[in-house]
Amino acid sequence: MKIVLDHLTKRYPSLKKGGPDVYAVNDFTFEIPDGKLIGLLGPSGCGKSTCLNLICGLTRATSGKIIFGDDDVTDLPPEVRGVGMVFQNYALYPHLTVRQNIMFPLENLKGKDKMTKEAMMAKAEEAAGLVQINELMDRKPSELSGGQQQRVAIARALVKTPRVLLLDEPLSNLDARLRLQTREEIRRIQTETKVTTIFVTHDQEEAMSISDYIFVMKSGVIQQIGKPQEVYDDPVNLFVAKFLGTPQINVFDGEVNNGKLYIGGEAVLPMPGVQSQPVHVGIRPEGFILDEKGPLCCDFRALEVMGRDISVVSGHKNCQNVAIRSIIDADNKVDTSSPTVRFSLKPHKVFIFNKETEERIRV
Amino acid sequence: MDYKSNKAWLYLLPAIAFLAVFMVYPLIDVFIYSFEEGYNSASQTSFGIGAYNYSYVLHDPYFMQALKNTFLLVIITVPLSTALALVISLALSSITKLKELFQTVYFLPYVTNTLAVGLVFMVLFQKTAYSDGMINMMINFFGGESVDFIDGPYWAKMFVLCLYTIWIVMPFKILLLTSALASVRQDYYNAAKVDGTSRFRIFWRITLPMISPTIFYLVITGFIGAFKAYSDAVALFGTDLNAAGMNTIVGYVYDMLYGDSGGYPSYASAAAIILFAIVLTITTINLLVSKKHVHY
Repeated sequence: MKIVLDHLTKRYPSLKKGGPDVYAVNDFTFEIPDGKLIGLLGPSGCGKSTCLNLICGLTRATSGKIIFGDDDVTDLPPEVRGVGMVFQNYALYPHLTVRQNIMFPLENLKGKDKMTKEAMMAKAEEAAGLVQINELMDRKPSELSGGQQQRVAIARALVKTPRVLLLDEPLSNLDARLRLQTREEIRRIQTETKVTTIFVTHDQEEAMSISDYIFVMKSGVIQQIGKPQEVYDDPVNLFVAKFLGTPQINVFDGEVNNGKLYIGGEAVLPMPGVQSQPVHVGIRPEGFILDEKGPLCCDFRALEVMGRDISVVSGHKNCQNVAIRSIIDADNKVDTSSPTVRFSLKPHKVFIFNKETEERIRV
Repeated sequence: MDYKSNKAWLYLLPAIAFLAVFMVYPLIDVFIYSFEEGYNSASQTSFGIGAYNYSYVLHDPYFMQALKNTFLLVIITVPLSTALALVISLALSSITKLKELFQTVYFLPYVTNTLAVGLVFMVLFQKTAYSDGMINMMINFFGGESVDFIDGPYWAKMFVLCLYTIWIVMPFKILLLTSALASVRQDYYNAAKVDGTSRFRIFWRITLPMISPTIFYLVITGFIGAFKAYSDAVALFGTDLNAAGMNTIVGYVYDMLYGDSGGYPSYASAAAIILFAIVLTITTINLLVSKKHVHY
């Protein structure tokens, strides 16, 4: 089922007296297509959890509409919206067994939806089967590992076959290895159930790896929406460019002059048709080509060998990052004795941004 | 014994010594006294060893009255005060305005002296030459007959004693319960809300189990505290509790030692041991019951 947010806004009064109101979610208008996995991505405190709570119904919107399919659910309480939610700390009831936890939402059903004990048991088993925890049903949450607790939480969210599944930072409490495993698991469950899923994360890698679409947010405002690769390859502003990608994009102070891009006095790329102006230059780590005659000259610092490729760490007086990281193929030979290293650039990996607005300047 | 544990024992020694002298030795002594028949504290001699002291105490109508009073007090005040404290704590944790003010107000009785509170209760309940007390004035206003709460019928006196006890023990319970309620993570409530759990079910299935360790603690200490009640009765009815018919077990022990009928450490010891046995039994039952119902 598709979800439409229409000018959705959540405003909180300022904590300080007389201060400006805080917009946790500011005028969101977008459509989430049916059966897709959406990654809501942004730094801590940017309003992504508020957005999730609004969709869930735990928080009331200040203005705007939330539409599930054809139903306006803006003023409906969570239970009638048909959402399943997985909380960051899972919120499994510690005094109930896994089975009781999963059955809990079913026991709340009233009236014509009321289920028999047997039906509930069967439904719980089914949900548990989906996340593969059938053999853990009689344990208490405290007897489970983090990853297992996560699965129980997902099973509990899925047991009522919700129309929308919401996950709040689902992987943040897991260790690195488990995180990798669990995110694939989430993808698999989502593909199997085909339920429209929104998950919140501040980890761009997590969002990019499993989402059909990512929504990048900053201080309550949506910055960019798109398929992960599209957003990575075509960021609309400096924030999005910086937020996506590891290692981070390298940002330089540069200048466009007479249709050429200069970094520190050297013309590095032609920029035909761009007005002369100072700019931020973003270069993806993979946008560097090791080239003895290349225009960009950097101070060589170190070499990090990572097997498949190598990362050249260098410095440049116009670089805003602490160090420039350029990732090049391991076949390249780097002269580590030289104090400088020269690069030429791949044009499609170089983005320029307006100095003031930090908006992308398209070439 | 290695060096390290020697050191540990050395550190523990002061506490152990104090406990041994002031706790363990008296306990053993009380136990011995309770079996020494006809003990004379002046000559420190006794006729012999036996269970006569227990038989005397158990046949003493004053003791039986004290036993009845204490049991009534326990059975009435512990559940009532705990339930009432829970209701007030729930109300306190659901309001936002003036929360601190109310919390302070409800905590005040805890820091107020027992006897000062007793004085207030006198104003409320005691008949004097000038007035029948505030409560009687209210009863009269609604067309009822005056009741003598301090020297009147047994039920009236018991009512005042129970009310007083509940009033005294509530602040502590409210304090613990509000902090227990506050420590239940909002996540659980949110999760329950997403699933459309009714308020009643949230309370029954989530809140109550989560705060059950605190409730259990309050019930156990409440039982023990109520069994050891004495000063409350004194504050209301004066020191001659036997005459008022409002004595408690601890009051009986005190009277046997120092009261007008005092000077009988053997009887006092026997009564104390009986009280100890009762408290031990009740606490053991409590612990057994809690194993089933308390979730840590």
